[in-house]
Amino acid sequence: MRAGSPVYTNEGKKDMETLVFQGLVGLSVSMYLWLLAAGLTIVFGVLGVLNFAHGSLFMLGGYFTFTYYGLWGINFWPAIALSLLSVGVVGYFMERFFLRHIYPMDHAYQLLLTFGFILIFDDAVKMIWGGVAKIPPMPGFFEGTVSVVGRPFPIYNLFIIGTGLAVAVAIWQLFEKTWWGKMVRASASDREMAGAIGVNIPTLFTGVFVFGAMLAALGGALGTPVRVVAPGIGAAMIIQAFIITVIGGLGNLKGAFVGAVIVGTLSAYGILLFPVFELFLIFLIMAVVLMVKPQGLFGGVDR
Amino acid sequence: MKSRLAILTLVVLLALLPAYAGKYAVYVVIHILLLSIFSLGFNLLFGYTGLLSFGQAGFYAVGAYGCAKILLAYPSLLVGIVGGVAITGAVSLLLGYLCIRHTRIYFSMLTLSFGMMIFSLAWKWRDMTGGDDGLVGIPRAPLEIPGLFAISMTPMENYYYVVLALAILAIALFHRIVHSPMGLTMQGIRDSETRTACIGISVRKYRLISFTIAGLYAGLAGSLLPPLESTVTPPLAHWGHSAEPVLATLLGGIYTFSGPIVGSVIFYMLKDIIVRFTEYWQICLGIIVVALVMGFRGGVVGIFARKGGQP
Repeated sequence: MRAGSPVYTNEGKKDMETLVFQGLVGLSVSMYLWLLAAGLTIVFGVLGVLNFAHGSLFMLGGYFTFTYYGLWGINFWPAIALSLLSVGVVGYFMERFFLRHIYPMDHAYQLLLTFGFILIFDDAVKMIWGGVAKIPPMPGFFEGTVSVVGRPFPIYNLFIIGTGLAVAVAIWQLFEKTWWGKMVRASASDREMAGAIGVNIPTLFTGVFVFGAMLAALGGALGTPVRVVAPGIGAAMIIQAFIITVIGGLGNLKGAFVGAVIVGTLSAYGILLFPVFELFLIFLIMAVVLMVKPQGLFGGVDR
Repeated sequence: MKSRLAILTLVVLLALLPAYAGKYAVYVVIHILLLSIFSLGFNLLFGYTGLLSFGQAGFYAVGAYGCAKILLAYPSLLVGIVGGVAITGAVSLLLGYLCIRHTRIYFSMLTLSFGMMIFSLAWKWRDMTGGDDGLVGIPRAPLEIPGLFAISMTPMENYYYVVLALAILAIALFHRIVHSPMGLTMQGIRDSETRTACIGISVRKYRLISFTIAGLYAGLAGSLLPPLESTVTPPLAHWGHSAEPVLATLLGGIYTFSGPIVGSVIFYMLKDIIVRFTEYWQICLGIIVVALVMGFRGGVVGIFARKGGQP
């Protein structure tokens, strides 16, 4: 149960080179976590729902990509686009027919409802794709390595780091510059007021949820060629996403990015320096942040 | 009067169980009783005090590992159980002090992180916990007080009676707790923290008491496990296991006394029955959970009682 932790370990000397290299490894892991946590924190910030099944949407993104790209032989990029659309549709149904009806309820019910979805998605994935982990081949143009501090570093990881950064800029632009982004921010800060001046809140909420679902799916889809896709990954990923969003501040996008980088690099270094207590350390950080500064390092939204 | 008769009948039926049912039924009922104790404690925290914990499995595991360590060193059932519960009490008092600073989602996240810290200790602290192999070969030690009596626990039926007696005790005690002024105070905190604080009640103190009792119940359930299974493993502490009392309580009914017990029976039977027909029992459980949250928040007991189902 430790998906998300880097699988690459280095047996070499624990010197400067290793630290730099391991930092890069951590950074590429961070980017999956960032894509995952971004959607979770946006949905929490705007809708006020902590989506327990968000990790399962990440998992679904991986499985859809496996089908389109690995089984049906669709090209890499269209396959990823199709997976995003498919998970978007799943997200639409979740929000429109289930979550929408329990917004006024206690938070506990939203956690429980979305927990129910974890169980459903996990078994549905087993029914459709079977229980075994599936790893489709990497697209040819991503194969190979570049030399970083004298060691081979996969090109694909560089691509992931680039994509993560690009998505960060794109989301920031989306919320700062576009009309839709402004409406989202308006309803995040005052739902009623935004509704009163003509924002269609229910539709906007559906849109935000679908957007968050697609971000998670992108993380899962991009991970397909290098990570293991298996049932149960959703449950493992959501815990990572919780840790990240709690550290950065629930509902805070910048916090999610920094939190992802912290957790990603920390587990990369942690596995190198203190392999035994790496997992413990990450949860300890989460608990300490919650106790000392529950709004997170960057301040969250109070819900 | 009627309900007393029903309870008495149930107790008699349970007491005679080994006489008319097979070993497997006895084994299943022990598990249901353990889950009932576990869920009751959880519901004191959730249903009565309004705090949703996702780390209860951590306390369950502390009880299980504590009892297992004791039994491996000193094979006496009484010492094992009392020791396991005492250790869990201390741990839950300490962690409770840290957790009850927050409510709502922050409380859930904090309990989740502490629970997972316990999980990572169970998983990685190989010298102490046996790592991912867990602890094995735990004896089902005799129930004895040196010089007074000693009862062998080798037949499962004997151990069943120990569990049954402790479960009845725990349930009766729980009934006392929730109907005492302390239990009412907890419900007051759930309904309105501000109002309760305004009439001069220390909200934190009662939250801590509730948290500790919930931990003790989890510890008791956990302590009773190693003598039955003779092994304890890290998944006992994982948050997936924390979800079991949550689901059982939700199934049975959150704001009712008997909800967690009824829910535990349904949860276990559901699992047992569905697994016979399909390996996909989780999806059935998931659909039931979604349906319950969408439409029947009072749970099964709520449907029949039509009184406990307040939102």
